[in-house]
Amino acid sequence: MSTGKLKLIDRVSAINWNRIEDEKDLEVWDRLTTNFWLPEKVPVSNDIQSWHTLNEKEQELTTRVFTGLTLLDTIQGTVGAVSLIPDALTPHEEAVYTNIAFMESVHAKSYSSIFSTLISTQEIDDAFRWSEENPYLQKKAEIILEYYRGDDPLKRKVASVMLESFLFYSGFYLPMYWSSHAKLTNTADLIRLIIRDEAVHGYYIGYKYQKGLEKETQERRDELKAYTFELLFELYENEVAYTASLYDGVGLTEDVKKFLRYNANKALMNLGYEGLFPKDETNVNPSILSALSPNADENHDFFSGSGSSYVIGKAVVTEDEDWDF
Amino acid sequence: MAWVTPLPDRMSVTNLIYFSSVSEYTHRFVQKLELPAQRIPLRPSDEFLYAREPYVLLTPTYGGGNEGGAVPRQVIKFLNNETNRSLIRGVMAAGNTNFGEAYCIAGPIISAKCQVPYLYGFELLGTSSDVQRVREGLNQFWLRQQQISA
Repeated sequence: MSTGKLKLIDRVSAINWNRIEDEKDLEVWDRLTTNFWLPEKVPVSNDIQSWHTLNEKEQELTTRVFTGLTLLDTIQGTVGAVSLIPDALTPHEEAVYTNIAFMESVHAKSYSSIFSTLISTQEIDDAFRWSEENPYLQKKAEIILEYYRGDDPLKRKVASVMLESFLFYSGFYLPMYWSSHAKLTNTADLIRLIIRDEAVHGYYIGYKYQKGLEKETQERRDELKAYTFELLFELYENEVAYTASLYDGVGLTEDVKKFLRYNANKALMNLGYEGLFPKDETNVNPSILSALSPNADENHDFFSGSGSSYVIGKAVVTEDEDWDF
Repeated sequence: MAWVTPLPDRMSVTNLIYFSSVSEYTHRFVQKLELPAQRIPLRPSDEFLYAREPYVLLTPTYGGGNEGGAVPRQVIKFLNNETNRSLIRGVMAAGNTNFGEAYCIAGPIISAKCQVPYLYGFELLGTSSDVQRVREGLNQFWLRQQQISA
């Protein structure tokens, strides 16, 4: 596979968690460990009946989408997050990447647990064969792997954020779509756990990218910004083709593309840049958005109404001990 | 030094207090607003911020799960101060839809705790239309506040 020598970190000192250099490391470590989960906790088997309400084409699409996601999680678990370790600025950052790498392997395994619950061994094998043969899926894997193997630590982080915050979403769309039609709802619950993890990963790696940028010259910052947008365009073009190869059959391609652009903007923001796609190209189908986050729609703008419509929050889902009142 | 004419009334004043972690997401949003704003200090060793007049609070939501920790501890500390708490008039929050039900939940949590309206939520750094909505919305909000108190 790789031609060069395996790059490992040059020197290891015993990690001292009582001397934190970057508070984000500890904060994100705590967040990730608090969010830890395993697929066995989600009752996907409750979806068996629902699965059989999908027609053959829809089942095949779903299986393929999940196989594509499995490939990306495998890359991020075994190459991506690991490749970031030698570039880490602090020992705690290294530790966070090992957590991210492991969690990506959990994600990859989750799809297998969905498969073993819902489909036959033969169908599973067919789907994995499809993933080897789909040119767009293979191309996106190649583009990302190329940067992981390259020698620019900051470009590696850009590629990693693109994967965490953008490339998964052509796949994530589908379980949100089924969920919005009250189908495969347990599977959707599992995918939401993955989506939640990817947000923390994208945020953290993007933050470390920006920390790295601070040490660079203006010329190099400009170069990296240009590179980021070029890479985004290259990946976007490929994502559009990948999306069409999957979703044309069910007529959802245009709807998925809005979701892609919406998430492409979020990937750019995680890297500290402004979103690229304008509002009218990122107006995600409200049913998809609300499957993702029930309070994400227009209802978060209470400025619009009259004075009486200002809303006082009710549900206190999280209660911390720190409050004195 | 030139004399600064005091504002004839409070109409154009939108008093904003915000928190932003070292990732600076919320800070960047506030910069785009181009409104006067004060930042809640990051570290315990920094000087404590006391509000002097009514304000709207803007905070990021720390992400995901129902395990607590959605409201940054610095914001909690700021609101634990009774004077600060008595002057809050509304709250806005940033978040990420990836966190599902916990999206922007710091907004509703503080709203319920302090019994002030939850005014607005947006994602990450916010879009240009978020900036516009918040700028206009805050102006309207303070205008109404003034009418109510008049």
